[in-house]
Amino acid sequence: MAILSVDNLSLSFGGLSVLNDISFSVNPGEIFAIIGPNGAGKTSILNCIGGFYKPSAGRISFDGKDITRTSPDRRAARGLARTFQNIALFRGMTVLDNIKLGAHAHLKTGLLRALAYWGPAHREEMTLREQVEQDVIDFLEIEAIRKQAVGSLAYGLQKRVELARALAMHPKVLLMDEPVAGMNAEETEDMARFVLDIQEERDITVVLIEHDMNVIMDISDRVMVVNFGQKIAEGTPDEVQSHPEVIKAYLGQKKD
Amino acid sequence: MDILAQLIVSGIAVGGVYALIALGFVVIYKATSIINFATGEFMMIGAYFFYTFLVMVGMPPIPSFLMVMLCSAMLGLFIERAILRHMLGQPTISIVMVTIGLSSILMGLAEMIWSTDFKNFPPLFPRAPIILGDIIIRSNLFWGFIVAMLAVAAFALLFKYAKVGVAMRATAGDQMAAFSMGINVRTMFTVAWSLGAIAAALGGVIIGNIGGIQPTLGNIGLKIFPVVILGGLDSIAGAVVGGFIVGLVENIAGGYLDPYVGGGVKDLAPFVVLVLILLIKPYGLFGKEDIERL
Repeated sequence: MAILSVDNLSLSFGGLSVLNDISFSVNPGEIFAIIGPNGAGKTSILNCIGGFYKPSAGRISFDGKDITRTSPDRRAARGLARTFQNIALFRGMTVLDNIKLGAHAHLKTGLLRALAYWGPAHREEMTLREQVEQDVIDFLEIEAIRKQAVGSLAYGLQKRVELARALAMHPKVLLMDEPVAGMNAEETEDMARFVLDIQEERDITVVLIEHDMNVIMDISDRVMVVNFGQKIAEGTPDEVQSHPEVIKAYLGQKKD
Repeated sequence: MDILAQLIVSGIAVGGVYALIALGFVVIYKATSIINFATGEFMMIGAYFFYTFLVMVGMPPIPSFLMVMLCSAMLGLFIERAILRHMLGQPTISIVMVTIGLSSILMGLAEMIWSTDFKNFPPLFPRAPIILGDIIIRSNLFWGFIVAMLAVAAFALLFKYAKVGVAMRATAGDQMAAFSMGINVRTMFTVAWSLGAIAAALGGVIIGNIGGIQPTLGNIGLKIFPVVILGGLDSIAGAVVGGFIVGLVENIAGGYLDPYVGGGVKDLAPFVVLVLILLIKPYGLFGKEDIERL
């Protein structure tokens, strides 16, 4: 059964149609890529899944439950993590503090509980969180920079910290918006390796948007192609690459 | 020399109270990007809450103080849920107008409920002034300063270590990322309004205890604008430093210049310094550079 499925999703802002009747489903444990030309609506799809945009039609289910009307924070708490196209770290804070906030997702932030919280479970929870944090830091090899302020780090490292923060949430599904955009060859290779490791060792399903075709073709299990808010193809990287609609979208069409 | 030392000490004492009220403003701005022009009225209502519990109900001072915190938290919660939540996504200027309207409403309500008569709290602290060497501080000012500093320290600790404080900082940093971390950003807005109202109200109790209360007490809140703009609208440390600067400037300038011009320098000086500092550092001493100014 699919861990994430999107059925007949449409999104429009005023009269402008951004997504039109898009359906796809993601199987547990796979790396599912969404590609398409600029402005095709890829990030809008992620924003609908994350709960930031309200679809005008369609439904989204995650882990067997309909989440179409669930708020973004509740989706996160249910195991949906996200990294952003433009790094969205908390800039004034250290690497460790950012990761701690990822681990925060496990905790309830009800108004009264948050203000009054100081129980015997506190210590136990702290130890548990420290383990989670250390585990993620080791996994992404960022031990050396854990005390540094994120604003001072190189771009590639910031992306890695953002990934660490998402992993600290112990997500079931990780949504990644252009994880290698703006990276050099070495950073790109590192990131691609981490994504594969996340899938293999951590059993996390990955849905990613990317422009770097080499990365997509190397690591994805399945690829969906969108153009002008419409789904035009879906399949394995090989199938998609030779799909006539995809070639048309990327290379244009010869006039007869 | 004695006069200067005296002015500096009272400046610091008053500045500490300003810092607390400014904190009430900054907490709300930081989390929600709303400039709350009703901060002074939150302060005034807080003072009246204290008067109500202490004098009208007859509760002892400390429980009255706790009741002020509870009631102003409820007031902040109510105002956020009932009014400002519905303004999300509206232009900044509309939201600012709402807070200005809110300040008039609160002042009107105070007049209706507690009348316009000037009121005093019964003495809470020993009357005798505090004497440090050659310097004399009024007892209400001294104790007010101590209470204000304890409250500022408590807020600082809350933001640094408590879960809700960290979640609020995250919300202030990046709302979308905070949402994605499972933080309920809307709850954080409510918490910010409650905490902001508490900080302003405690400041109001202290000021009311020094000079008595009436519905126009909130006008002192105007002085909070030089404080927060000096410090940078979104900086907690800035609010504290700004508070001290404004306290010192108004006391020293007032003490030395008032005799020559016949008074009024105290109210003017902070704004002169404000303009000067903004000419040099447009984002305040500690402010984020991309703040949108009004």
